Amino acid sequence: MATVLEREPKGLTPKDWASDQEVRWCPGCGDYAILKAVQKTLADLQADPDRTVFISGIGCAARFPYYIESYGFHTIHGRAAAIATGAKLANPELDIWVVSGDGDSLSIGGNHLLHLLRRNVDLVYLLFNNEVYGLTKGQASPTSPRGTVSPSSPGGTLDAPVNAGAFALGAGARFVARVADVVQGPMVEVLTRAHGHTGTSFVEILQNCIVYNDGAFDAVTDKATAAEHQLWCRHGEPLLFAGGTKGVRLVPERFALEIFDVGADGLGAEAALVHDETNPMLAQMLVRLEAPTALGVIFAIEAPSYDAAFSAAAPARKPELADLQRQVGGRTTWEIG
Amino acid sequence: MNEISHLVGAAGPDSLVVRFAGDSGDGMQLTGSRFTQEAALDGADLATFPDFPAEIRAPVGTTFGVSAFQIQFGGRRVRTPGDQLDVLVALNPAALKTNLEDLRHGGTLIVDTAAFVDRNLRKAGYDRDPREDDALDAYRCLEIDITKLTQAAVKPLGVGNRDANRARNFWTLGLVLWLTGRRRSSTQEWIRERFASEPLVRDANLAALDAGHAYGETAELPRLPEVLAKGHSAPLPAGRYRTVTGVEALCYGLVAAARLSGIDLFYGSYPITPASSMLHMLARLGAFGVRTFQAEDEIAAICAAIGASYAGQLGITGSSGPGIALKMEALGLAIATELPLVVIDAQRGGPSTGLPTKTEQSDLFQAVLGRNADSPIVVLAASTPGDCFPVAIEAVRLATRYMTPVMLLTDGFLANASEPWLIPDLAALEPFPVQQGAAADGFKPYARDPETLARAWVPPGTPGLRHRIGGIERAHPTGAISYDPANHQTMTDFRRAKILGIARDIPEQDFVAGGPDDRLLILGWGSTFGAIQSAVDRLRAGGAAVAHAHLRHIWPLPANLGDILAGFDRVLVPELNAGQLNFLLQGVYGCRVESLTKVSGKPFTAAEIETRVKTLLEA
Repeated sequence: MATVLEREPKGLTPKDWASDQEVRWCPGCGDYAILKAVQKTLADLQADPDRTVFISGIGCAARFPYYIESYGFHTIHGRAAAIATGAKLANPELDIWVVSGDGDSLSIGGNHLLHLLRRNVDLVYLLFNNEVYGLTKGQASPTSPRGTVSPSSPGGTLDAPVNAGAFALGAGARFVARVADVVQGPMVEVLTRAHGHTGTSFVEILQNCIVYNDGAFDAVTDKATAAEHQLWCRHGEPLLFAGGTKGVRLVPERFALEIFDVGADGLGAEAALVHDETNPMLAQMLVRLEAPTALGVIFAIEAPSYDAAFSAAAPARKPELADLQRQVGGRTTWEIG
Repeated sequence: MNEISHLVGAAGPDSLVVRFAGDSGDGMQLTGSRFTQEAALDGADLATFPDFPAEIRAPVGTTFGVSAFQIQFGGRRVRTPGDQLDVLVALNPAALKTNLEDLRHGGTLIVDTAAFVDRNLRKAGYDRDPREDDALDAYRCLEIDITKLTQAAVKPLGVGNRDANRARNFWTLGLVLWLTGRRRSSTQEWIRERFASEPLVRDANLAALDAGHAYGETAELPRLPEVLAKGHSAPLPAGRYRTVTGVEALCYGLVAAARLSGIDLFYGSYPITPASSMLHMLARLGAFGVRTFQAEDEIAAICAAIGASYAGQLGITGSSGPGIALKMEALGLAIATELPLVVIDAQRGGPSTGLPTKTEQSDLFQAVLGRNADSPIVVLAASTPGDCFPVAIEAVRLATRYMTPVMLLTDGFLANASEPWLIPDLAALEPFPVQQGAAADGFKPYARDPETLARAWVPPGTPGLRHRIGGIERAHPTGAISYDPANHQTMTDFRRAKILGIARDIPEQDFVAGGPDDRLLILGWGSTFGAIQSAVDRLRAGGAAVAHAHLRHIWPLPANLGDILAGFDRVLVPELNAGQLNFLLQGVYGCRVESLTKVSGKPFTAAEIETRVKTLLEA
């Protein structure tokens, strides 16, 4: 029953998207950069703050809604996806962003993320992946590499990590992207694409935890090594990296991706695969690459959203009291007295 | 054989108790519900008790696979499905074995002789055929080869024996309708409609129904005493009636509440017995302002409901004991963020999976207390199938007026049982339009209405009232994160006072029967209503000074309840658990209360309550 005003854009700047709440992340946390990119994206999009809702679970990332000048709901651990689903079904006009972390999304809330993705509810889902539980002081998370030494795993973890992108694709996600906290410009581009996509837009953001897992993504984000480790996926463009000196090609005999040096073994730049973001098999191989790390929009296809189908399936409303009285009255009745 | 007086029921000549029992695949629930409809259309008052196993098709012939349907009907007020049976239909030895002890001496027993073969007798645990010794001498035993007679009845239609056996329940229904003097026209009509697309099945069922009916007549079986004088119905209030189950009344109540409040409803649920039938029914009522969402689990079901409430619809979730347990953390979020929410708990035997299809009232603690921290909510309980209608409306009213979760307790018995229902005049119900939004000037998310202490309901999308809420303690009245010690005390006090203050907005506790001058008070809650009322009727008819009060509002308790309790020397609380309301009353009022408890998966009989009261009065 919420009313939504149709209004002209108000020319909001990124600063206008900052709430009056004091930001309480650790100094140097990667979350600051993500907050900045999201605020810039919202300003660029001229989004309506009265219609925008940030919904989060529990964890460092989950404080995000308090810092955005929109509606916000900081919920409980792992359940933001389910709460956001209910909110979107109740009012499809809402522009919903879910903010979550690796523990929130892939451990305690794994089931809800699975079903959010397969249903394809129209919202943007941001997974801040720092490969550690920060707010509870540094335990290994479901994305921590095997062998991670932490207070809860002094001898190193025994379990294999979840690959967030592979999980999302496996769950039927129609939009899977990956960025890193430090790459501001490309992050805004990816978030803009995610926002424009109809359905659940899943964005994994590699995020540095300066206190408990500092440097986890250094190879990807460090200026010295970034070019060698960042493979930017752009639809219709060849999968080249390291300044165009390296490429990714398919080895058909093994049905596997292979990194090659451009110019070596008679392989030119044209030997590189051309990225096709609509190809789910390619997307699965790309999200699993470790060196380099695939970034950008890895997979994107159009599909009807669950909330649109839910609204369309609503029976035509017959608000007449007489209809309801007939329904309640049943078909077989008798008179007494 | 012809001594009709011998057949007069223990329940009196103005009501009869009939139980149909057979394999879970024998169609006993359908048979019972059709019989119910015929009795209702003749103007009977009635109460039913469907009792079936958790297994969908348990192994044939086993005692744990027996499904039964019991009905008491008659020309007087009928409050319960009956303590003792006047008629037992046992379609196989297992049904006989598990049900015979409830048949009163002199009662009528109908068995299908074809089912009494060695294999079935062994499966039921009989060393020898009970018909061959004196085990059945105390009953009027009608041994009929129902299987063969049904086969013969449908053979002219070209129906084989195997398919014929599926019409056995209609043959039996025909016979029992004849024995009890009931018509079969509404069942014939129902069969024609239900099996319109399967003409052979339709005709076979009709033929079997007629054949069973004709058998009673041609075999000159003595009819049971007529409990409904021709042209006279039970002394129910005047008006138009239908039969209703608890699930039906509850769903109609929710739909009516959507209209009265002006708010659309969102029902999030995950399949669980016996709550699933609410999801099924609400899914068919979409045109009346309720949308259903089958979530991935119990937690998602309540979380989606909370999300819907946040976004401006009224979120509702329903489940049974173990499912409700899974929802509790999320319920705490709704308490903390002060969002309206209705949670329906169709209680069943527990703990854990327990007895999924059997009734119990053992979630009272869970409803009132079962969360971390000081986390009060409103708890309501429905007392009869029809009572689920007004209680559902009351749940929506309180949830929206006070911005709070409300837990509504029903149980497996209430959900499935049926009774005649005076069809409510919806136009006569009082609307309670719900306001959303707030004045933009100086808006504070946790500013409170001075009377109700409720905060405003401001869904996202409301222009100019952007704000943030969450599970971390919220500063009064801004809602910003606050770890301030004094603020937590303030907010905890507000949450408590808001719920306790609802006692001013609910009716004072009244008496169903008797009053403060009686010697003993029976204080009940929930589905024990009928059994207590029957017992009290009989006790008072016998001159005992016994009063009956029945709680609809479990939390907060009615404001005058303490005074009522203090006015009685003896208070008896019957409940289908180990004494949970008793414990709560002692904690709140420090009063001494006697418990009558039972957890057998079955409702109280009136006799159990009557006996206990007599013992107390004699003490």
